[in-house]
Amino acid sequence: MSTPDHPARSRMDRRTAIKWIVTAAASLPLLDRAGLAATAPAANAAVGYGTDPDLLKTYKPGDVWALTFTEDQRRTAATLCDVIIPADAKSPAASTVGVPDFIDEWISAPYPGHDQDRKLVLEGLAWLEAESKQRFGNEFSSLVVSQHRAICDDICYLPKAKPEHKRMAQFFTKFRDLTSGGFYSTPEGWKDIGYVGNVAIEKFEGPTPAALKHLGLA
Amino acid sequence: MPLITASKTQPVYDVIVVGSGAAGGQTAYTLAMEGVKVLMLEAGRNYDPVKETPMFQTTAQAPLRGTSTPDKPFGFYDSTIDGGWQVPGEPYTSASSDPSRQFWWWRARMLGGRTNHWGRISLRNGPYDFKPYSRDGLGFDWPIGYDDVAPYYDKVEMLIGVYGANNGLENTPNSPDGCLLPPPKPRAGELLAQKHAKKLGLPVVAIHRAVLSVKQDADTIPAKLHPKNPTAQRILAESMRARAACFWATDCGRGCSTRANYQSTTVHLPPALATGNLDLLPNAMVREVTMDENGKATGVICIDKVTGEERALKARVVVLAASSAESVRILLNSKSPRHPNGVANSSGLVGKYIMDTVGARLGGQIPALENMPSHNEDGAGGNHVYVPWWLYKEQLAGKLGFARGYHIEFGTGRRMPGMGATSGMTDLTNGSYGRKFKEDARRYYGSFVGFAGRGEMIPNDDSFCDLDPVVKDKWGIPVLRFHWKWSDHETKQAAHMQQTFAALITELGGIVQSKVEADGANAIEPGGKIIHEVGGTIMGTDPKKSVTNQWCQTWDVKNLFVTDGGPFASNADKNPTLTIMALAWRASDYLMAEMKKGNL
Repeated sequence: MSTPDHPARSRMDRRTAIKWIVTAAASLPLLDRAGLAATAPAANAAVGYGTDPDLLKTYKPGDVWALTFTEDQRRTAATLCDVIIPADAKSPAASTVGVPDFIDEWISAPYPGHDQDRKLVLEGLAWLEAESKQRFGNEFSSLVVSQHRAICDDICYLPKAKPEHKRMAQFFTKFRDLTSGGFYSTPEGWKDIGYVGNVAIEKFEGPTPAALKHLGLA
Repeated sequence: MPLITASKTQPVYDVIVVGSGAAGGQTAYTLAMEGVKVLMLEAGRNYDPVKETPMFQTTAQAPLRGTSTPDKPFGFYDSTIDGGWQVPGEPYTSASSDPSRQFWWWRARMLGGRTNHWGRISLRNGPYDFKPYSRDGLGFDWPIGYDDVAPYYDKVEMLIGVYGANNGLENTPNSPDGCLLPPPKPRAGELLAQKHAKKLGLPVVAIHRAVLSVKQDADTIPAKLHPKNPTAQRILAESMRARAACFWATDCGRGCSTRANYQSTTVHLPPALATGNLDLLPNAMVREVTMDENGKATGVICIDKVTGEERALKARVVVLAASSAESVRILLNSKSPRHPNGVANSSGLVGKYIMDTVGARLGGQIPALENMPSHNEDGAGGNHVYVPWWLYKEQLAGKLGFARGYHIEFGTGRRMPGMGATSGMTDLTNGSYGRKFKEDARRYYGSFVGFAGRGEMIPNDDSFCDLDPVVKDKWGIPVLRFHWKWSDHETKQAAHMQQTFAALITELGGIVQSKVEADGANAIEPGGKIIHEVGGTIMGTDPKKSVTNQWCQTWDVKNLFVTDGGPFASNADKNPTLTIMALAWRASDYLMAEMKKGNL
């Protein structure tokens, strides 16, 4: 049969996959001994979308599981989204295309790994507020660009972050990944990045002459 | 799909087929088109790709941007329903807690099984692949050779529609004229790899995939596949005309509502049902094969998953096509005082010699692909090119340190951006954010490539499955327990893959993005992860050393066949699905001939 016949787009990283499977396998013998295997809860999260969701429906954050952010947390998150992906000539800011809601959905999901992301993101948002108050006496959302940069420059790149900023650099890395993934999966993000597929065409012609020239293959 | 309910089944059928995927679909198709009355049993729910496939849905319309979860391990839009490496209520166990000795068992409880989501890679085994023992003294020879199977490869390619090209490479058979559809042009990254791979001696050629690059020739193919059978010809022609050519968008893993790629539910089952010779019963979980005093199979017992009721169904012949491991499970669970070890198991080999494909991968970032002028690279929803195994001579001369080969699959291109759109970028950009981040994303998008090896595993005594002595599934059926071990041949092969991919990325002027593993044990994917599970009822010439004969017929029970991957005596690097279908067709022809002779 097949698998991952799209190696670049690994559908799940190997470590995550191994974690799932080893957890599931390891849990079984214990359940047997208790005579529970037949009635034991499935390895799958009980409150996710299940193994047979409607694939044609358009889902919005909050449709399947409850969200987390308070109003204050949402405001901080939206501000950080726009610090990472601000509006420019080509595309709008991340907060205007639903990215903060997506991040809320992500950290609220009942699947393995998401609880750690939730802890990290909520901790990071709280830290941003505390840091803003301490450094500039204001809320993060009320700071000016140079003040945002003063804070974010300390945490934007894990390998270069000072020891006291390592944890928050992990937060920023995670938050940037979520913001980017959330943004570039929208039509606005596609347009910005130059993705022009997902349309029916009659014939597949391969790379355009301009692309071939770019590669030196024209 | 038009179905029947359990209460409407006939008292006795010519043939019961257990399973509706590649094997069950092909078996039922061949039999029903030639007038045999068939009952197909599927353990999962009914599924209609025409109505249920998310063709243009975007990841922003899905929960979590469509990323993998334990509920949908290949992502939200993967067509798999009620499946994955874990199926709720239907566990399997592992004999070892050692992570390197796990076997992952992928199941899809749905009509069409795993054919709905598979990669559609359709490669013929070559002549060496049927006689591996004769070539290097390892594993087993098949009781048949390439020439026995070739006519059926031809038929299957014509039936399902496979794009590809003939390159005349060693042990990589050409197809006769009229079998293959034209391959799509390579994408930018594939072309670049083709140019640079040449310097390393790697041939980058068109891959073969079961996707209609153009419409099939409905005017001539039906008569070739069903000579002297005008009804079958008419039905097949109608089915072929109803299939659209690929419109070069959406991943094949979602399935295809326009029937442009092969899945059992769009290619095998519609014409088979149109004959009126096929009854199809979903939600029917087969537990065992029933036997009479003369050692013949009489039918099966299944559990109706909706009502929980047990039901006995009768037929003159039983064909197991439930996936190799599930068929093993049914045979082992068919225990009685006459058959204390299950049926068809006088050799004691049912469940032995299970195999998967060796898998390892490496990713890289290629500066030449940065800032590419925007163009549509969706293509055929999967690979356009690949590298067939190219070191047969060196390997035979003992220069490589491992006995069997692998092919290389590519991942390149400006794909639909999702959560991974900018992953791998952080270290190239020193953690940029803001306007700089947006510029970086434009620059690096589409510049990442991945290479995945798919290699042959040699069957070994430590890789098998049996029944867990304790654990049962929610239907009360004993579950499989897997035993697994890679040999040095596989781990060394995985290490060779790592070196090759690193060399290729370097040759492309790129940056290898993760550690190149010198120890293949760290690079090799877990057993079962590639979902090329075969073996367990291997075919042979000696009833003491094999479970089935060359016709996929069990030695012990004449009217019991296994047409899934179970009879594979080896597992070439070529993805097994095309061979499963070719062997199922061949077995079905034999089955019908034997029926006519009154031998079954």
